[in-house]
Formats: sequence, structure tokens, C-alpha cells
Amino acid sequence: MSDHYYRPDHLKGFANIAEGSPDLAKKFFDYYSAVFAPGALTEREKALIALAVAHTVQCPYCIDAYTTESMQKGADLEQMTEAVHVACAIRGGASLVHGMQMKEHADKVGM
Amino acid sequence: MTTTLASRRVPLASPREQLARLAGGPEFDDVLARAGHPPLSPASLEIFQINLGKFCNMTCRHCHVDAGPDRTDAMMSRATVEACLRALDRTDAATVDITGGAPELHPEFRYLVEESRRRGKHVIDRCNLSVLLLPRSAGVAEWLAERGVEIVASLPHYRKRNTDAQRGEGAFEKSIESLRLLNRAGYGKGDPKRVLSLMTNPAGAFLAQPQQSAEPEWKAALQREHGVTFDRLLALNNMPISRFLEWLIDSDNLDGYMQKLVEAFNPATIAGIMCRNTISVSWDGRLYDCDFNQMLDLDSGVTVEHFDPEAWRARRVITRRHCFGCTAGCGSSCGGAAAS
Repeated sequence: MSDHYYRPDHLKGFANIAEGSPDLAKKFFDYYSAVFAPGALTEREKALIALAVAHTVQCPYCIDAYTTESMQKGADLEQMTEAVHVACAIRGGASLVHGMQMKEHADKVGM
Repeated sequence: MTTTLASRRVPLASPREQLARLAGGPEFDDVLARAGHPPLSPASLEIFQINLGKFCNMTCRHCHVDAGPDRTDAMMSRATVEACLRALDRTDAATVDITGGAPELHPEFRYLVEESRRRGKHVIDRCNLSVLLLPRSAGVAEWLAERGVEIVASLPHYRKRNTDAQRGEGAFEKSIESLRLLNRAGYGKGDPKRVLSLMTNPAGAFLAQPQQSAEPEWKAALQREHGVTFDRLLALNNMPISRFLEWLIDSDNLDGYMQKLVEAFNPATIAGIMCRNTISVSWDGRLYDCDFNQMLDLDSGVTVEHFDPEAWRARRVITRRHCFGCTAGCGSSCGGAAAS
């Protein structure tokens, strides 16, 4: 077992996850490639969405990968920072909107 | 803004030192062979590229030429310009590609443009945009427009941050002002005699964006934000040489960038890379496969005075590890990406 989590070389070796289940890995990676191909959204828009989601799920591999990918697709620091703020706003908003449940319960049980 | 390697007299100013820093790791010819390709050989000559010298009003951080305001040491003489024209007459090259430095600042620039146009050649001026705002450049845009010269202008990004990061504080505002000036001269409006191409290089250690998908976005953004138009976008990878190499080393990105270039090797780029259809002449009249080999002193051993079209066609293209820059991803040619 490694002595720490999140080793950077795990990202590079990601394809090796196929060893335990080649069929499922193939299905996953084929699907993954199809998702990021240009479609109704551009590759750059998809990369920025991925970057925002990476911050929401707090995946360090994805943050590195989609920072580079976003830059490679033409995004600059200001655009990427705005994408991260979108993730932050939704995450924060999701906490805050639960406050309505708190408030409703407080109104019910309080005087 | 940085300063030239030459003015700082640092070891990296030497092409030999640059090649030494690039050594280690897969060799270009080996990767080419593993992909089933023979060594690079010349295709028919289409582009006669003339580098008038290293003198430039700008000092961009990614410059592969190590050009700058102090580089008056490297300027092509009138005699060499004449030799270029004699050599040009012995080829079927349809395009004369004039680069530098800032070619517009060279005293023989207008003469070379006139003589090339007189021969019926398509002429490209590789322009840094800000040069057009200098008092000595007054009227240059209109002069080029009257002669149907295509302008290939450097602009790293359609937004300020990445442009200024690569080309110096204030470069973006000047670039926009120059683009407006070019638009007023008739450039960038779909007229085949006033073609304005924008050339983008990544502002960092990553590959160029695919030019085809980026072009509509660039056009919309520049029109919307600044009211300027252009005809086509060209996207090139940065070559790991000269000042971009210095930045890669200083920022600890060299190994990662080289690995990225090697891993992104794309055999589909081979047919379109510039070394196969270009002849590159340096300010001192030596002949090279491309502008990058020129900067690394990987010369063919021939001068433009002794140019022999048959021998040139029979040569073998010189390759080193920097060549991975032209075959990575969509690849790089003088006309932008070498593959879609």
C-alpha cells in the first residue's frame, strides 16, 4: 500500500484500471471520449464544465487535467476562475437553500 | 517583457547549449520510424521564406528567434536580398514569406516586397501588429494593401491576459489598435487581395488549440468586444527553443512539455509540416529546412548565393528533438495546423 493518497502518476496510469475489468473499462472510456467530442457544445465549453465539476467533486487529478485541457482549448485564467466560481456558487447555494428546511422546522417547533 | 538572451550573454543564447538542453528522451527519427515513416524528405518547394533579421520593436517571452530592439547585429544586407531574388527565380515557389524580427523595420523590406510582387509571387508579411503604430510605419498598412500582401499577424489570444503575458504589458491594446488600422486599410474583410490571418501560440506549456474549432469563437469575440474582423486563424505550437526554452527551464516545465510533445506525436501531420515544402534563408544568407532549424544553426551547408534547386530537392531534412513541436496534436506548419 502506498504511504499517501493521490499520487500524480495515477492519472497517467489511469488506463490500467482496465486490468480488473477490460470490458467495463472499454465501455467507460469509449463513453468518456464520446462525451467530450464536439457536439451541441464546443470542446472548450465541455472542458470548462469539467473543470467546474472537478472542483465540486474535489478531484485533484481532474483539476490538473482540465486546467490544462481548458487552456489548450483556448480558455484563459479569468474564464477558468469564473467557471470555478460557478461551481462554488452552486455548492454554496445548495447549502444555503437547505436553510429553508432549517427555517421551516425552526418555525414549526419554535415559539 | 523580457530581454534578449543575446543581450544577457547567457549560455542559452548559444544554439549548441539549446540542443544540449533538449537532449535525452526519444529521438524524432526513431519515433518517425516506429510510426512507419521514412526519414523526412523534401516535397515540392512552395514557400520561399526569408528571415530579414532579428531586429524587432518587441521582446516577447516565447520568441524562437531571440529577436529584440538590440538585435541590430543580425540584419540582411542588400546583396543577400538580391541573392535571394536570384535564387527565387530558380524555383517554382509561389509564395514569398517574409519574417524577422519585425520585417517592416528592415530597410530592404519594401524593395523585397516590390520585387517579389513584380515576379507574381504571393507575399506574406509576418507582422507583430504593434510595429504598425510606430511613427516610422505610417502608411505601411495601406502600402501593403495596395500590393495585395497577406498579413499574418501574431496574437496569442483574443483576450488581454494571455496576450500581455506572452508579448508584454500593453501588447493587447496595441494589437487591437493595429487590427483596427488594418481593417481601415481593407484587411480582414474577406477580400482575397487583403487577407489578414491571425497566428496564435499558446501562452504556456500546452499545445495549440485546434484552429478550426477556435476560429469562429475568435471571430465572434473580437467583433463583439472590439469591433475588429480578420479572415482566418492559424494555431501553432510553441517550439522548445530560444526564449520559450528559457521559460520552460525557469518554470520547471521543460521535461513535462517535451513529454507532452512526444506523446502527442501525430503521423497525420507529416505530409503538411513546413520543412518539406519550404526553404528558409537566414539574414546572413544560409539555407535551412525551416525557421526553427535556422535558429538552432542546423544549416544545410549551402548559402543562397550557391543555391542549386536539384541539390536542394535531393537533401535530407535535418531533425532534432525540437521537431516534435511540429508534429504534436494538430501539428504546425507556416500555414498553421498541419492536420485537422
